[in-house]
Amino acid sequence: MHNSQRTQKIAFLFLFLATLLIVVPVGLIVVIIIQKGLPAINWQFLTDIPRQGMRAGGIFPAIVGTMYLVAGAIVFALPIGLLAAIYLSEYSKDNFLNRLIKLAIVNLAGVPSVVYGLFGLALFVIFLKFGASILSGSLTLGIMILPIIITASREALESVPDSFREVSLSLGASKWQTIRHIVLPNAVPGILTGTILGLGRAAGETAPILFTVAAFYLPRLPHSIFDQAMALPYHLYVISTQVPNVDEKIRYGTALVLLVLVLFMNLVAIIIRYKFRKKKKW
Amino acid sequence: MVTKFDIENLNIWFKEVRALKDVSLKIQANEILSVIGPSNSGKTTFIRMLNRMNELQYNFRMNGKVELDGFDVRKIDLEPLRKRVGMVFALPLPLPLSIFDNVVYGARMHGINNKNKLKEIVERSLKQAYIWDEVKDRLGVSAYKLSGGQQQRLCIARTLAVGPEVILYDEPCSGLDPISTAKVEETMLKLKEKYTIVLVTNNVKQAARVGDRTAFFLNGELVELDKTDQIFTAPRDKRTDGYIRGKFG
Ligand SMILES: Nc1ncnc2c1ncn2[C@@H]1O[C@H](COP(=O)(O)OP(=O)(O)O)[C@@H](O)[C@H]1O
Ligand SMILES: [Mg+2]
Repeated sequence: MHNSQRTQKIAFLFLFLATLLIVVPVGLIVVIIIQKGLPAINWQFLTDIPRQGMRAGGIFPAIVGTMYLVAGAIVFALPIGLLAAIYLSEYSKDNFLNRLIKLAIVNLAGVPSVVYGLFGLALFVIFLKFGASILSGSLTLGIMILPIIITASREALESVPDSFREVSLSLGASKWQTIRHIVLPNAVPGILTGTILGLGRAAGETAPILFTVAAFYLPRLPHSIFDQAMALPYHLYVISTQVPNVDEKIRYGTALVLLVLVLFMNLVAIIIRYKFRKKKKW
Repeated sequence: MVTKFDIENLNIWFKEVRALKDVSLKIQANEILSVIGPSNSGKTTFIRMLNRMNELQYNFRMNGKVELDGFDVRKIDLEPLRKRVGMVFALPLPLPLSIFDNVVYGARMHGINNKNKLKEIVERSLKQAYIWDEVKDRLGVSAYKLSGGQQQRLCIARTLAVGPEVILYDEPCSGLDPISTAKVEETMLKLKEKYTIVLVTNNVKQAARVGDRTAFFLNGELVELDKTDQIFTAPRDKRTDGYIRGKFG
């Protein structure tokens, strides 16, 4: 009795330490970035173009570029991802091939982002001749976040109780009507959460946009989706490693903006999930 | 007497499990047919054949004849068939919608969108299910705000709102208290003037109270089907007798 209690205490201690081991570095990173980056943040920094070879001025084109890329990725990935998820969860039979497909999609989410970058370069930039452009970058990011959106949406659809489907069908609704009026509305929170998490990922990755869209230095806003654009993660990479003598303040300021953007999207996802969970009626 | 369902030599399998064996019976229009039997005797499988809900199970197989008004149910499209043959489930299963939207769900799916028409359907169906007075002032609130017994009567109203000819009940009172159960039974007795009712029940007394005829299933076989009085006073089969006594005693 006494002994087992001690074992339990030791186990708790280890679990606590393990948690600490994860939380502390993450917390430190956030604190350091805020501490060093906050002094750089002002209206000019957020709305001006980079000046003096990116050693002064602001990061507005990179913010706008990232917004465009994220929006483009979602326009492309959400409809396709949702349709795929509906097919997989509602229509496909539970056989070996379909299980393999589902497994493959889950694994695709773990493929390193640089691989998506190379794929985008080969397919969109070169083969389809979109060049290095917002279009190519968005499509590449879209493909990268597709597995996230499909998997989250599929889980959201599958979490809707089968009894709702049965009730709807038993009242003479067709299968599509059942999906449209019962399954989808109840899966919206999960789908949204997955989508926003995907967005956060798309906003933060450098490798997929490296070869497909990112401009080293383009101190103006893009004119069309066939234009190159600056983007926050790549800009951060450039001013941290490629351009000498950039003020530390500017580097950390850029990192802070990117961090806030990504955290903000995750926060929205959490709030949505929380709201709907409270409203959940079954 | 008009035959509503004509079932002959019906066999059903789920993969290798044989759920029904050579079942033959006729269901008459405007009767309440009670179906009793221990669990896993095939009662649910039997009524889910009548509106083809079994087909949702991918490992389902069948042979034999099931005719509604002389037509093979498998040749009737699913949506019109289920419109004609409604179903009430064992547990109250409101959809995550308001009371109003629950009742008109089926009607909307069948293309009725006129506001007044929908209101009319709601009032008529809720009255038929004896729940109108309890909910008429709060049709807009979530159906989950109702008690279990009210939810089940709402589900009955929802089934009625589609305008069925046959209503299948699968142990509709298994989760209800005696007062709610009495109300549900009362609706059934009223409804049989207009509808044909098949009532699966694990409550033998309920079968005795509301059934015109009673069918006893055991291990996927129809052991006996007769007038309810006959079944409960002088069953012809020993197994029926044993089951009823066991349940009563
Ligand atoms: N989807 C299914 N897959 C496999 N076996 C099933 C399925 N549905 C029912 N069965 C089997 O069929 C038999 C009859 O079940 P059921 O009709 O539910 O009986 P009851 O309603 O009388 O309890 C049982 O042996 C049950 O295990
Ligand atoms: Mg059953």
